[in-house]
Amino acid sequence: MKKIMIYEYAGSFAENKDVARDLRIQQIIPSLDIKEDVTLDFSGVDSATQSFIHALLSDVIRKKGVESIDHMYFENCTETVQKIITIVMDYMQEAL
Amino acid sequence: MRIHFPNSAFLGNIDPFIKNFDSENPEVLNITANKKWISVHPVVLSMVAALGSKIPAPKIFCEKLEAKSKHYLARMGLFSFLSISYDMKITEHESAGRFIPLTRIKNSDELTRFITDMVPLLHLEPKHAEPIKYVISELVRNVLEHANTPDGAIICAQYYDKSKLIRIGIADTGVGIKQSINFSHNAHTHLEAIKLALTPGITGTTRHEGGTEYNMGAGLFFIRSIAKVNRDFFMIYSGDSMYKLLKSKQNRLELFSDPFQERHKILEHLSYWNGTVVGIDISLEATKEFSKLLDLIRGTFVDTIRERRKEKYRKPRFI
Repeated sequence: MKKIMIYEYAGSFAENKDVARDLRIQQIIPSLDIKEDVTLDFSGVDSATQSFIHALLSDVIRKKGVESIDHMYFENCTETVQKIITIVMDYMQEAL
Repeated sequence: MRIHFPNSAFLGNIDPFIKNFDSENPEVLNITANKKWISVHPVVLSMVAALGSKIPAPKIFCEKLEAKSKHYLARMGLFSFLSISYDMKITEHESAGRFIPLTRIKNSDELTRFITDMVPLLHLEPKHAEPIKYVISELVRNVLEHANTPDGAIICAQYYDKSKLIRIGIADTGVGIKQSINFSHNAHTHLEAIKLALTPGITGTTRHEGGTEYNMGAGLFFIRSIAKVNRDFFMIYSGDSMYKLLKSKQNRLELFSDPFQERHKILEHLSYWNGTVVGIDISLEATKEFSKLLDLIRGTFVDTIRERRKEKYRKPRFI
């Protein structure tokens, strides 16, 4: 299981989409490619923008399919972060 | 160009200021002001700074300001931003708890730094800081990604202690919403383009539902929703049109995907703004808990996408 500490890259307010894209391309997708599940740990992240979460996750779902959601775990999310992840996930599944 | 600082221009009464702006002769900027008092929303300052920053200082003509409140313009950094000298003695106060002076943000790292520095400056509690950070991040990123200008976004903000209100203004001199949205849509007018930009799931980067890896088409919808739910003003001006979200009078709050279904005002055939201007007020006392706001947004957003997909369904032909 690959674990990514989001705070280390994005700080307490996760809004930098370039950081999100790098995490996706360099860490999330390569792990899923080798069938390794990924835990995204949001400890220390108080909030995130939908743009950040979209840049982090949407292309994973687009490229690896809806099944990829079953291989990603979201840990230590605040209520806000949980809700934004849910909005993006719902949106991507509706839109695919 | 000609711009006049009126006696008062906040989002509720900004229409005359916008109508008086004259974009003829873009190589020169004439600034005039009310003689007695100048009390303006930060968006007015962002606009003047954005206009002036495109023009060499010798071509900016600012009449001698007589209003007592002229110091406000200096404290917000307007004259230094425009590189024009102004004979005025100012006592520099600690800015914490009051305002964020005019600042230009040109890239993603500058934005991240700005947001980090801004919260202690405004002395905000976390529950109040959350929607403000959100609004600024999304609006400035819109400029950085879609305005196609090296000049970036010009932003300033003011906290009004009495009314517990934060007013934020952001302006750019980029390509404007119509050109940006028409990269993948077909808006015939600036107003049509503004409407599309405010509609959930619509992005200028693609026509496909789901957006691109980088854009979801939700930023401006989130922001107008934050304003609507908190019963605050929000305005956006690009090209020759302005859309203003008026304060909601509904008891039961409902978000509409179509911005024209909201209580709003439109101005068209205005003097042309090359780029985009956004102003928003965020009332700290009325601020709904951000997570509750997200529940409302989620419902509207997903329903909208679902409905739009349904419209594209092929219907069975029963013969």
